Amino acid sequence: MMSKLHGLREPLFHVSKRDECGFVKACLIRLAAIALALCVCAVVIFFLTGLNPLEVYEAVIDGAVGSNRRLWVTIRDALALLLIAVAITPAFRMRFWNVGAEGQTLAGGLATAAVMIYFGDRVPSALLMAMMLAAALLAGMLWGVIPAIFKAQWNTNETLFTLMMNYIATQLVAFCIVFWENPSGSNSVGIINQQTRAGWLGELFGLTYGWNLVIVVAVTAFVYFYLRDSKQGYEIAYVGQSVNTARYAGISVRRVIIRTMSISGALCGLAGFILVSGAGHTISTGIAGGRGFTAIVVAWLSKLNTFTMMLVSFLLVFLEKGAIQIASQFSLNENASDMITGILLFFVLGCEFFIQYKVEFRRGRKAVRE
Amino acid sequence: MKKILSMVLIAAMALIGTAALAEGIPADEITVGYIYIGDENEAYTAAHYEGAKAMAEALGLSEDQIIIKWNTAETEACYDAAIDLAEAGCDIIFGNSFNFESYMIEAAREYPEIEFCHATGYQAATCGLDNVHNYFTSVYESRYVSGVVAGMKLNEMIADGTITADQCVVGYVGAFPYAEVISGYTAFFLGIRSVCPEATMKVQYTNSWASFDLEKEAAEALIAQGCVLISQHADTTGAPTACEAAGVPCVGYNVSMIATAPNTALTSASIDWAPYNTYAVECVINGEPIAVDWCQGYDTGANKITELNEGVVAEGTAEKVAEVEAALVSGDLKVFDTSTFTIGGETLESLIEANADYAKYADYVSDGYFHESELASAPSFDIIVDGIEQVS
Repeated sequence: MMSKLHGLREPLFHVSKRDECGFVKACLIRLAAIALALCVCAVVIFFLTGLNPLEVYEAVIDGAVGSNRRLWVTIRDALALLLIAVAITPAFRMRFWNVGAEGQTLAGGLATAAVMIYFGDRVPSALLMAMMLAAALLAGMLWGVIPAIFKAQWNTNETLFTLMMNYIATQLVAFCIVFWENPSGSNSVGIINQQTRAGWLGELFGLTYGWNLVIVVAVTAFVYFYLRDSKQGYEIAYVGQSVNTARYAGISVRRVIIRTMSISGALCGLAGFILVSGAGHTISTGIAGGRGFTAIVVAWLSKLNTFTMMLVSFLLVFLEKGAIQIASQFSLNENASDMITGILLFFVLGCEFFIQYKVEFRRGRKAVRE
Repeated sequence: MKKILSMVLIAAMALIGTAALAEGIPADEITVGYIYIGDENEAYTAAHYEGAKAMAEALGLSEDQIIIKWNTAETEACYDAAIDLAEAGCDIIFGNSFNFESYMIEAAREYPEIEFCHATGYQAATCGLDNVHNYFTSVYESRYVSGVVAGMKLNEMIADGTITADQCVVGYVGAFPYAEVISGYTAFFLGIRSVCPEATMKVQYTNSWASFDLEKEAAEALIAQGCVLISQHADTTGAPTACEAAGVPCVGYNVSMIATAPNTALTSASIDWAPYNTYAVECVINGEPIAVDWCQGYDTGANKITELNEGVVAEGTAEKVAEVEAALVSGDLKVFDTSTFTIGGETLESLIEANADYAKYADYVSDGYFHESELASAPSFDIIVDGIEQVS
């Protein structure tokens, strides 16, 4: 046995788990990954389209942050994505796979729009805003808590359940549009209260999207500290690690599941409120626009750290806005920019491997095991 | 003599007056923006883009004088696109999708010096802004002509014994139960009826402007219900694909479907957006006001049908089409001639007299026909006439 081992040649490279990867080193690996991704993208762009990759990158930057207005549009959309990512984080920390953020956001948006339509010109604006906010939070909470109750009571599969709730929300919105559509038969609601602007989030500090910024940053900070420092945050982490240990420690797992999903759903509802009142001023089945799913990517890319999510959601929206510009400037359609985003994500996700593990190449015969 | 002199003077002053009013922008300095719902792969937008290119060629605009926002969603993304185009220095901005309208109005409010032209919309006249315009074409005319082609085909099928006169049921894949669609299929149906009076029609809605699968399924369902010819008001090749598989003749929309359905496509009703694009941009160049509502048809070349599929259409179709087109151009033929259809067995005129629900149509009907797209550019005929059945 031993002699046989001696005869074995060491493989070309050797992968082992890193004990610990320093912050600086991890950052360097990630930066190297992004640089590599940009190089690969450049090669792809050049050989597929014959364009100068640097010009394409310049257009991406120009499209995303090239003017004050573009910067704010990028920030507005990044904030919406960030809020949803932050909203699903408590559930994910608990290992509750809430893939229903899309539906919870739609439910919140639908409730907001309903209040805007039915009470828009009837109540003072502060009261209207409060009603919209309350309705959105409640609707999102309801959409989140239903699967949680089933999970807590009968241990149903939350992934399927929350996913199904998305479809119900979409159909519900489609159903309501039939009543609210303007003009009739057009299947669209149009901009709600376009003349009076009732229920529109106004400016704050002279910024069109000032409210969006304040609300989302506040929620992001709140969730960060809630998960890190509060007793409830501790319970969530416990349930996430081991349900049985949590139970043994005297934590009511059911209560934690229901409570956490209420919060998660309500925050998604808040995102719906922001999308309707602070951005689109309309309701359609497309207002969440897949953000409920993109948010899952954001949350995991950020390892459920809400502050990292700020960077990641900004990066994704940055690329999306850049894509619009390259489509317009070079007549490259979205597929081209999807490729760039895909390559970038591949490298950024892939580099996590090199942060977790180290790769050592063969160093001559000396290293043969004794 | 004095009188003549003063008249000349007045005329000269009037000329100077208008010249001073009209500032205009030289053709080589103008920038034109477009907001499109799709891209060149999607027939509806492709048709709009063709119109833009024809405009650029006609007016001698270079490529970098045109900025296009492709694949714009019908959300605040449209508002963002409009603002972005305005900031990029566009003098006139076109939008091609129905739900863009409210967002374009928002942008128009912020940029009163820029002209905003919205296709298929209806709010220009009522939104209170001078720089918002609606445009459309009398697409019901091309629908009518394509209906004549379909009717000739049905006659041929009856004559050669493929179907009997009572089996003469046409299927129509519609997007939404909205006036634009209803007006379109009614015109198509009246075109069929003008040559094949036995025909009836079933309409199935997909509730989507462009979904290949839904349109294909709707066409298959209609064929299964006994429809012997299919037409569509939706943007994809879904219905012709189903028709080709089932061997059922079909009439497309926007673009020729012969490539998709070489053995069954007859022709397509289509719109040429070039006349309006050229007109509106020319107005800005000359400093002239753009019509609040613009809607022209066969006489300006804004409407047409695509090439007839020679091997598939009935004999004599080309001659009949030429005759109908000439009558449309001369104005002798009105598509919505109220003597050619009834509603619940009654004429539209008698219903307007007797039934309060129909009183709203009083402004549209005179001289024996429904004045489609004359009061506003967007279609307004939304009545289901006898012989048409909405399946879903």
